[in-house]
Amino acid sequence: MKHRKCDRCDRPATNHSVEIVNGQKIEKHLCDTHAAEEGLAAGVAPNTFNDLLSNIVKPAAERSEASDLACEDCGLSYQEFRKHSLLGCPGCYEAFESQLGALVERAHEGGTHHLGKVPRRARAGEQRQQQVLRMRTRLTEAITAEDYELAARLRDDIKRVEDQLS
Amino acid sequence: MTLQRITDHAGEWLRGAGPDSEIVISSRVRLARNLAGYPFVGLASVRQREEVLQRSREEVMNGQLGRDLLWIDIETAQELDRQLLVERHLISRQHAQPDATCPRGVAIGTDETFAIMINEEDHLRIQVLRSGMQLREAFDHADRIDDALERRLDFSYSSRFGYLTACPTNVGTGIRVSVMLHLPALKMTGQIDKVKRAARDMHLAVRGLFGEGSEALGDLYQISNQTTIGRSEREILEDFEQSVVPKIIAYEQQARQALLRERVTRLDDKIWRAWAILTHARMLRSEESMALLSHLRMGVNLGRIDAIDLRCVNELLLLCQPAHLQHINGATMSAHERHQARAELVRRRLGAR
Repeated sequence: MKHRKCDRCDRPATNHSVEIVNGQKIEKHLCDTHAAEEGLAAGVAPNTFNDLLSNIVKPAAERSEASDLACEDCGLSYQEFRKHSLLGCPGCYEAFESQLGALVERAHEGGTHHLGKVPRRARAGEQRQQQVLRMRTRLTEAITAEDYELAARLRDDIKRVEDQLS
Repeated sequence: MTLQRITDHAGEWLRGAGPDSEIVISSRVRLARNLAGYPFVGLASVRQREEVLQRSREEVMNGQLGRDLLWIDIETAQELDRQLLVERHLISRQHAQPDATCPRGVAIGTDETFAIMINEEDHLRIQVLRSGMQLREAFDHADRIDDALERRLDFSYSSRFGYLTACPTNVGTGIRVSVMLHLPALKMTGQIDKVKRAARDMHLAVRGLFGEGSEALGDLYQISNQTTIGRSEREILEDFEQSVVPKIIAYEQQARQALLRERVTRLDDKIWRAWAILTHARMLRSEESMALLSHLRMGVNLGRIDAIDLRCVNELLLLCQPAHLQHINGATMSAHERHQARAELVRRRLGAR
């Protein structure tokens, strides 16, 4: 197999694109580095958390009043968090909850709430809450699949567990 | 246990045993945890860091995780020792950075099956290593360590976000599941980028031998999950174990079979050239030795060469690295001296003169 070289250097081209601009066909063959520069290699560019932050969260955060938001516990501002991608203390999760909620959802394939291990201290109540969360997801799926029998059963189960919780 | 004893033996995870060990060098599970009531490491004062270190160290070293644990104070350790720990994947490159003001350390378990970093990016990073494809075993062990530690340590947790971590990329379960894969045939047949892209589409990170930003020396790649919240540890693990890794193993095997079928002479040429150079060279650079050892390893796996076994090649992949070489030789060495010592070590281990 013969490899095509990158249009801009001698490395093998691993990203290929064809665009039609003003009726002109423009082909691009680029190595990972140059493709990343051109924003072509969606997959191969190192998708670090910083990229995610600047590409996705930046516009939203700049528009909102998040710019003068700060954590009361440790004093970290939202701006500083954006610069280093590191939070200052557990309290930051509360202080920036709405911003972080959106960001976490995008960085984690739509994950918004923790499902999984619960520290021993918090166990009983937490596990039931997670159970309800799972059942709700299944309920939505059942309704989408028009499985109303299952949906009805899940609704009853959710109500029962929620009664226990309250 | 001492650091010297570590140098003399390869860790359990390099045994070259375990399921699918031809392609899966090792399995690793890491859990990130932070003590409640303290800022994360980055914003903690020196005194707070010291407190975190002391409390964590006490719980880690009090015998409940095994008797033969080795504790190393990283901020006062010699640079060569820190580098050695990085080469053995017991601490991260970040943890090894020279910074005398941040009290930090690592506890290393028997046979290097686990290592707990304290005051890296998070207060505690519990890592378990196994050779071959043994993610479940690695997770169960990490989970047991976490259970033992949380008996007396209060970990930061919220019902919405789960275990709270300094970086939101780790929040939730705090779990990072990863495998180190040897993919020489995919590299040789030019398909490695396709695999990388596919992996990234599945929200997985593909990295080189030493994690973020490092090159894939010796055709060794680390693949790990990026999603840590919204799915349980078991779901993340199962996905990896039953879908992701088997697929990549199958690709690599197909590529190897294709090489055997269609380009066997070229394949043998690469393997035997690697053997020839490794058994005769008088000077070897690190990258060169890794590339050659990679071809040799594939040759052993495919039964094209039977003069040595897998364990021997695995060990050489580790011992050829700069800090290991210098530890074996008991002295700091210039690059020139290292090249010479590396060639000598390789010849000796491969039974050549």
